[in-house]
Amino acid sequence: MPLPTPQSSVRVVTMKVNGLDLSAREDETIIEVCRENQIPIPSLCYLDGLSILGGCRLCLVELEGQNRLFAACSTRVAEGMRVVTNSERLRHYRRTIVELLFAERNHVCSVCVSNGHCELQNLAQGCGVNHVRMPYRYPHYEVDSSHEMFRVDHNRCVLCTRCVRVCDEIEGAHTWDVMGRGSDCQVITDLARPWGDSNTCTSCGKCVQVCPTGALVKQGTSAGEMVKDQSFLPILARRRHLR
Amino acid sequence: MGNPRITVATAWLDGCSGCHMSFLDMDERLIELASHIDIVHGPLVDTKELPAQVDLGILEGSVSNDHDLATAKAFRKHCKQLISLGDCAVNGNVPAMRNAFKLDAVIERAYRENVDLNPQIPVDGVPRLREVVLPLHGVVEVDLFVPGCPPPADAIYYVLSELIAGRTPDPNQLTRFGA
Repeated sequence: MPLPTPQSSVRVVTMKVNGLDLSAREDETIIEVCRENQIPIPSLCYLDGLSILGGCRLCLVELEGQNRLFAACSTRVAEGMRVVTNSERLRHYRRTIVELLFAERNHVCSVCVSNGHCELQNLAQGCGVNHVRMPYRYPHYEVDSSHEMFRVDHNRCVLCTRCVRVCDEIEGAHTWDVMGRGSDCQVITDLARPWGDSNTCTSCGKCVQVCPTGALVKQGTSAGEMVKDQSFLPILARRRHLR
Repeated sequence: MGNPRITVATAWLDGCSGCHMSFLDMDERLIELASHIDIVHGPLVDTKELPAQVDLGILEGSVSNDHDLATAKAFRKHCKQLISLGDCAVNGNVPAMRNAFKLDAVIERAYRENVDLNPQIPVDGVPRLREVVLPLHGVVEVDLFVPGCPPPADAIYYVLSELIAGRTPDPNQLTRFGA
């Protein structure tokens, strides 16, 4: 006979998402509840298993009775909450955010190793981005191929900091960090040393797998060949949490 | 498709011509299309002059030199509808990768540094390169965007058949950047 499960002190709240009645644990965020219920919410910086950044703003949702928009990844659910995830206003903002990401750096999809397996590319298609309405910046960024297994192409980085967080929170190496401000922000290894010279990197490759674009890739991959696998992350995150 | 024939003009700016190849890749559907469209200008026909009135203009490639710019402006002036076909036209793509560098440095690299025999910078009979490569909608207004490198033949066929039928196509489900 199985042991009785202990009573949880976490309460259940009821809420509406797009008019649909849902119940959720009170310690969950809107994006978690939506994903559990197959309600699509786009996101770039959010990844199940990593800490919450709330930086990309793609998961913005409307809350009834509130004028401003809320990031679904960093907003906890509440009793009676009424959420709208797909209004005309939200679609307009999401499309604009994706276009700004494309305009900010040099994402040349056709020659990218992640072409066809890229979260930014998929988002663009999902948001109906068929061209970018603002002028491109065309900044000059280097490609660092100094690591024997991996490569970083800053032209394709969207500054989601997934690499920084997975390296710190899951691998425990904290090789990655962020340097600079605004659009000049850049992910760096150690103190902006070439990746190949890093003496903290364990070459585990977790950063490469969680990177949503072709910014972090395996050496030796050609256009369209870099397929990433993030299935390890929730498992490792849960095990770390349980320890 | 019982509508009257429409005239179509195409041109190839700074790109690899892959979009025109993809156009030809429609195979036997080209025969069906031929009964609805007249191609009046482009790399596939011999005409050198763009007619004064064209129903549909299709431009492939980015705007990299003065000739590209003049062609884009002429197409906008003479075509009722203008399609930006392929990633070079839609977002600059590979030709725009030189934008991260100064034009002088690019020319020096291409025509002197990497050349062993008789290095020289061509000036006669070639249009002047522009400082910045721009997508088509960076210089003229565009009515319809068909991204892809190249856009699949299915996407081009869908766009053309919808336009012939008098509808406004949404090619987003059939193609994307880099497709």
